[in-house]
Amino acid sequence: MSETILRLTVNGEAVEATAPARTHLIDFLRERLELTGSHAGCEHGVCGACTVRVNGDAVRGCLVLAAACEGAEVWTIEGLTATGEVAALQEAFRERNALQCGFCTPGMIVAAAELLRDVKSPTREEIRDHMSGNYCRCTGYHAIVDAIETASRA
Amino acid sequence: MKAAAFAYLRARNIGEVFAALAEHGSDARVLAGGQSLIAALNLRLSEPRLLVDITGLSELRGIVVTPAGLRIGALTRHVEILRSAEVARHAPLLAQAVPHVAHAAIRNRGTIGGSLALSDPAAEYPAVALACGAVMHLHGPDGRRDVPAEAFFRGLYETALGETELLEAVTFPPPPADARHAFDELSRRHGDYALVGIALRAGLRDGLVRNLRAAFVNGGLRPVLATSAAAAAEGLPPAEAAEAAAAALDRDLDPPGDHHASAAMRLHLARVLTRRAIHSIGSAA
Repeated sequence: MSETILRLTVNGEAVEATAPARTHLIDFLRERLELTGSHAGCEHGVCGACTVRVNGDAVRGCLVLAAACEGAEVWTIEGLTATGEVAALQEAFRERNALQCGFCTPGMIVAAAELLRDVKSPTREEIRDHMSGNYCRCTGYHAIVDAIETASRA
Repeated sequence: MKAAAFAYLRARNIGEVFAALAEHGSDARVLAGGQSLIAALNLRLSEPRLLVDITGLSELRGIVVTPAGLRIGALTRHVEILRSAEVARHAPLLAQAVPHVAHAAIRNRGTIGGSLALSDPAAEYPAVALACGAVMHLHGPDGRRDVPAEAFFRGLYETALGETELLEAVTFPPPPADARHAFDELSRRHGDYALVGIALRAGLRDGLVRNLRAAFVNGGLRPVLATSAAAAAEGLPPAEAAEAAAAALDRDLDPPGDHHASAAMRLHLARVLTRRAIHSIGSAA
């Protein structure tokens, strides 16, 4: 009973796999599906490195059980890159030096993409507020705010 | 860290929930949005044998205006409360509080019922429910019962919910016509758990504060109505009411002390928030 069979859509492709019930979505994506773009950081919902999109919402992948994603539509940085949806954000992150080690970046991009979907031209304050749940230990955040602002004006 | 092993049941109807809870008792935990529970499992602060996922029960979702007030289904997510015109109109204190709840990605998943049923003293909704005189709707194998917020929050992570009962919805009664509302909290960073927070409602008649109800986030091990502060503020102009209520607060609150803030610092901050909140309702149009 603790092993669950899962059918879901990941990056537009139907997936069927088994996972122990205790597996959170990030471990499932990384270890079962080998989609290692999403990162497991703190694993208790604080750092935001594991942010992925589930049924249209940016969520903490470490606070969602894979078993609870039966039938869900999941998008990770790999899929969002392939569709080109986050290309402007990625280019702006590169251009504005908004990443150094890159560990937080996939989560940052998924979170920022949600903000830009909902708010056309966010203020710097709105960007900071929306991104406050994503930690970066390298950049000091100014460059990240710059990049999101740049992408929103593109 | 990784959670300890458990079994997982995706409930298809409420009968399955009751049956699982009856069979497994305290070895089972109800899973709603999971934004506190999964974190606790990953940290191994909780090691249930069975998780009963109720997120498939669509009857527990939604926001409806009823004669008794605004009824919000337990599975309604923070983001839905944030965007709801009904909440803004009929439960203004809740509307003021929800931007303070965690971060965007957590608001996309976390639920009001989960937050109320967990009864974390650092959470916003329990204090708001208490200040508003909200009513909890409980559903168990023996039927339904309503419990007022005053009787629902019993202690640290402890509520009136029985082992086999589920929180189905919460109703926020219509506020008095002259009610004004203020929610505020102080935290190290926006979206972090509050060091202290205040949920306050009061009438203002002829320039005098009436029927003040203030409940505090992290004012104790459970949300507490500041009745001494309310009595001290009754009938005074806002500036005097703010000082009187703040001075009386040590009779109402017993805040926890930890590595984030001492109990004395939390009491001080609660007084600061009390003054600010009463000033803000005094100056609001």
